[in-house]
Amino acid sequence: MISGPILHLEEPLSFWGGLDPATGVITDIHHPQVEVCVTGKILVMEHGRGSSSSSSVVLELIRNKAGPVAIILLEMDTHIVLGSIAAEELYGLLMPIIVVSRDILESLHTGDIVNIDPKNELVSFS
Amino acid sequence: MSLELTSDDLEMLNGRDGEAVSMAMRIIVRLAETVKAENLIDITGAHIDSCLYHGLSTIDFADRLVQLGAKVKVPTTLNVSSMDLLHPDLYRGDPEESEKGRQLADLYEAMGCKATWTCAPYLLEERPNFGEQIVWAESNAIVFANSVLGARTDRYGDLIDICAAITGRTPAAGLHLDENRYASCVYEVEKLPPSLLDRDEIFPLLGAFIGSTTGTQVPVINGLKANQPEHRLRALGAAAASTGSVGIFHAVGSTPEAPTLTAALGEREPLNSINVSVENLQEMRSKLTSATGTDLGTVALGTPHYSIEEFSILRSLVSGKKKHPNIDFYVSAGRDVLLELELRGWADELRSFGVSLVGDTCTYFSPILSNTSDPAMTDSGKWAYYAPNNLGVEVIYSSTSDCVASAIEGKVILDESIWTHE
Repeated sequence: MISGPILHLEEPLSFWGGLDPATGVITDIHHPQVEVCVTGKILVMEHGRGSSSSSSVVLELIRNKAGPVAIILLEMDTHIVLGSIAAEELYGLLMPIIVVSRDILESLHTGDIVNIDPKNELVSFS
Repeated sequence: MSLELTSDDLEMLNGRDGEAVSMAMRIIVRLAETVKAENLIDITGAHIDSCLYHGLSTIDFADRLVQLGAKVKVPTTLNVSSMDLLHPDLYRGDPEESEKGRQLADLYEAMGCKATWTCAPYLLEERPNFGEQIVWAESNAIVFANSVLGARTDRYGDLIDICAAITGRTPAAGLHLDENRYASCVYEVEKLPPSLLDRDEIFPLLGAFIGSTTGTQVPVINGLKANQPEHRLRALGAAAASTGSVGIFHAVGSTPEAPTLTAALGEREPLNSINVSVENLQEMRSKLTSATGTDLGTVALGTPHYSIEEFSILRSLVSGKKKHPNIDFYVSAGRDVLLELELRGWADELRSFGVSLVGDTCTYFSPILSNTSDPAMTDSGKWAYYAPNNLGVEVIYSSTSDCVASAIEGKVILDESIWTHE
């Protein structure tokens, strides 16, 4: 079971150039949540902002143990999911990517604690 | 429908062709399941972005593949590196990072990738043909391949690119398939003054506007003069792929899948139609300029890597002139184009103006600029979009000729006449 506090991003984030993979801190000066740290959080955003380097940055975040524990999206983002697949392949580290409906996405507020079961389905809120 | 693998796919997955192919196939199959592809398809070429250093994991990944015996199965080119591999002295960053960049380069070359080190693989001798299925990473290359060449690549990024090159297979999904290539959003430019549409610098602005408004829809531009030159289309695409996630656009009369508006739309009604106004373009111009005043430290051109066509325009602008001593003037290009410049004798002409030619990498992310405290000027929508955040530099977007005029005067000079003429 994966558990963590929600960090709901107000705008999509480009992992490349927008986040420091060593620390997990958002560095994009144009992002409303600049300087917020994603480490250990369940990151919620509508979609990624696909830079082709995002997969590598996600992989590096996971290697550094600076990443979120899971990412919840409205639309699947292949760049993000590949970073997660490669981390499992290389290091055996898991960071599930979950796609949910808009209703569920909008019900997830920063600070809520959410549990995720091993089949990557959102199970409970508290 | 769930994913159906051929017997060949299954044998690759089960290790017939070695451990590296098996690992690459596992990753491709997981991606195919994620995007709900029904099968995998053969590809004829790949362009790799994973060769840019982002931390030790990028080396771990390539090193694992090399240790397992990976070799690319299709002709494969390499995107930019974190450094100018031929002129490492230009690199001003951490020497350890530069060493890692070199190590990563060696790993990808060991897998049989060609040492092209350019973000403009479509300028190389062998460009993909219309309809060819390829796996390209790097956003400007993707949008150019799909839109201008009519080749077919989805919006690939790191890690999957090399897996596809090693297996020669990729999920049948996204922009590989007809139904995802038709336009659904029309950008009408007919009402814009023809004098504006005749200027190169309008195209990145149009691209930036499309990128920031089209969302996940495929855009088609209607009302441009037919047969637009490639350098305009690629500058437009590069900007659209920076401000948004555009992987393909059509321009009626200029791109191969848009002989007519109806054809580009796949004979369907558009979901959206937008009349582009002069104000829309001016708004993009302000968005791509963060500096105020006339202070200037740097001019940076060549994002994406300059073509011979663009160097020819630059050459005519700088001929017989010299830049101001306080201004650094960089142009980035691929090593093949730089070699061609030397052979033509153009490189010496550019250097006598004061141009520093940068190969293999690009000035919008690599620590090359010697002056980031004064503003920088560029003719690239992509550079203007990314550099302020990557380098901490203030930026001014304008035409190539304004960039040259400003470099000569040592301060920002903008020709506003195109915006005031009706």
